[in-house]
Amino acid sequence: MLSTFLIVLIPLLPLISFTLIALAGRKYFPGFCGILGTVSLLVSCILSGMVAYDYFFVVGKIGDVYQQLVPLKLTWLQFGANVSIDLGILLDPISVMMIVIVTFISLMVHIYSLGYMKGEERYATYYSFLGLFTFSMLGLVLSANIFQIYMFWELVGVSSYLLIGFYYDKPSAVAASKKAFIVTRFADLGFLIGILVLSYYSNTLDFQTLITRLSTPTDQYHSIVTASFLGGSALTWGLLLVFIGGAGKSAMFPLHIWLPDAMEGPTPVSALIHAATMVVAGVFLVARLFPVFSMDGFALNVVAWVGITSSFLAALIACTQTDIKRVLAYSTMSQIGYMMFSLGVSKYGGEQGLGFMASMFHLFTHAMFKALLFLGAGSVIHYVHSNEMKDMGGLRRLMPVTHLTFLVACLAIAGIPPFAGFFSKEEILQAAYRSNKAVFGIAVLTAAITAFYMFRLYFNIFWSRDFQGHGKDAHHGEAPMTMKFPLILLAILSFGAGMIPFGKYISSDGKPLLTEFNPTFSITPVLLALGGIALAWSFYKKESQKPAAISASLDGFYTMIYHKLYIDEIYVFITKKILFNGIGRPAAWFDRNIVDGSMNGLASITASFSFMIRRLQSGKVQQYSVYFFAGLLGFVILFIYFWN
Amino acid sequence: MNEIGLNHYLVVSCSLFFIGIYGFLTRRNLITMLMSVELILNSININFVAFNKFLFPHKLDGVFFVLFIITIAAAEAAVAIAIIINLYRNYHTIDVEEVTTMKY
Repeated sequence: MLSTFLIVLIPLLPLISFTLIALAGRKYFPGFCGILGTVSLLVSCILSGMVAYDYFFVVGKIGDVYQQLVPLKLTWLQFGANVSIDLGILLDPISVMMIVIVTFISLMVHIYSLGYMKGEERYATYYSFLGLFTFSMLGLVLSANIFQIYMFWELVGVSSYLLIGFYYDKPSAVAASKKAFIVTRFADLGFLIGILVLSYYSNTLDFQTLITRLSTPTDQYHSIVTASFLGGSALTWGLLLVFIGGAGKSAMFPLHIWLPDAMEGPTPVSALIHAATMVVAGVFLVARLFPVFSMDGFALNVVAWVGITSSFLAALIACTQTDIKRVLAYSTMSQIGYMMFSLGVSKYGGEQGLGFMASMFHLFTHAMFKALLFLGAGSVIHYVHSNEMKDMGGLRRLMPVTHLTFLVACLAIAGIPPFAGFFSKEEILQAAYRSNKAVFGIAVLTAAITAFYMFRLYFNIFWSRDFQGHGKDAHHGEAPMTMKFPLILLAILSFGAGMIPFGKYISSDGKPLLTEFNPTFSITPVLLALGGIALAWSFYKKESQKPAAISASLDGFYTMIYHKLYIDEIYVFITKKILFNGIGRPAAWFDRNIVDGSMNGLASITASFSFMIRRLQSGKVQQYSVYFFAGLLGFVILFIYFWN
Repeated sequence: MNEIGLNHYLVVSCSLFFIGIYGFLTRRNLITMLMSVELILNSININFVAFNKFLFPHKLDGVFFVLFIITIAAAEAAVAIAIIINLYRNYHTIDVEEVTTMKY
């Protein structure tokens, strides 16, 4: 077993690098910050690899079941006999998998940024923020306590906010960072109330105890199922509230509006935070509490339907966007929707737990190919200096490495065998097929749309028309080696990660879940995906009028999708028109006139009173001594009077 | 009326005391005010000595007190005169009415 110290070091190293760079880096070693951050992450990544090896192959298994290990547990805030907020580390299959993903993707992004952010004015600040984010994310996945996860949850929110608003002189970036922060904060309010509900009924904040108490309710903790509020049991409400928090962070419909705007941040950040790691925190949260979720059919149904709705709508919207990062953002949302509904259709334990396993599997493969897509897009943007599709085209000869790796990622996300996405998506579709046919139908349709819009993106960037940009005398080559290396490595993983027998290691109850490959089932989704690719090929391989004609024929519908179903506008209407006028303005009036008014009134009474008596303080010594002697005389007279 | 008793001393001391207070309150010249304070102190001294003589003739406590007060008065006069000199250097006057920088 690895020593606790080494495990603690995994999240601590990025924190140290953050502290060092933030305090001293900008002043004393500005050029060295990137290397420092990268090296600390490299060590962290190697350590988490060792922990993963140790956990999966040496100590994690007792009998045939993966155990939950708690190598570190500190009591931090003790509120009473049995309520305390602890800090701890919880190792189980999903948290070990998450630390590997987070440190690995973060390392790739660190290396990539060495080239991408070179010459940036706030280079050091950038790396310090990356360190802060990595620390918070690692802390989040390792949390042994539901309150601890909440703290790290907020920390990732803050670092995401900082990184989205990295180009703080761009008004759109500032607006996007505020939007992301406010929307996720709003969702976190639900999370907090959910935590309070769950821990109130289970009488603990510790994950293991909480899960045991709630998933096998004895008489003592049974009240959570019987207590009812507005037609739902306390358990349902608690889980739904927690899910609101998860949906906000994972950009699920209708709380997804912040994610596309979050693309204002630097592209490697989008790859790290808004594609591979932070946005799956919601999925992770549901997975962490899955034994409890599986107790409540209604909450699981909500998870499934929210997931599939987000997945489908995001795929539709992605077909109409022209900013390549926005297309990727919507595809992220769509894929996270897949993970969510896969959890939603799953049950706990055994064969029934296929959805859970599939969801985690997809989380794993998605992290690889989505990070690759974003980094590839970053490399394209680096070359073209634009986010718009119309400025690109014909880049396949100019950027061979990016082209090939991007193609691999597109095939992976479209679910073409034998790329990674195929395997995980097949598991998800099978899980959906077994328990919910309606969800399955929409999911297959979404898979086809996914293939279409990803290849629309691919053909638009690399084929379509000749590159018109900076002519023959290109001012720099494709990309520096630091940017190509992560692309190649991630491409290899996007190709190969699907071969891992995932169910052997990760399943809902820790027992190995062996899935057999089912070719007859896979034919339909793969054919549909190929159909989507063929459609994209016929539309976008060469510049043609067909897409424009079709969008014109779909007039109203197309405009609605193009404007993202007007969800942003609805939010603006609700906040500006209803909340601001109905609550904000009266509250402001009350604040100005009643609260401030009473304080100002008190202050002005004091001021005018002291103005009245200010002449007493004449500064003349003799006047003072007159008062003194008069007072003394008064006392003497009183004394004599009472003496008798 | 052939013998000078305690009351006579007390009358003198009392009148000295109030003359001192009157001077302190009405004079605007700092030196005169200082002299008035000395008058007040001396009236107290007379009180002490008189009470010592008439009430506790075998003890010397009152006399000791007087000695202390004289010492303090000397020190106080030194400090006060130093202040007055500084005041004069800065304002070219030792009239308390003129020195009003610290007024409200």
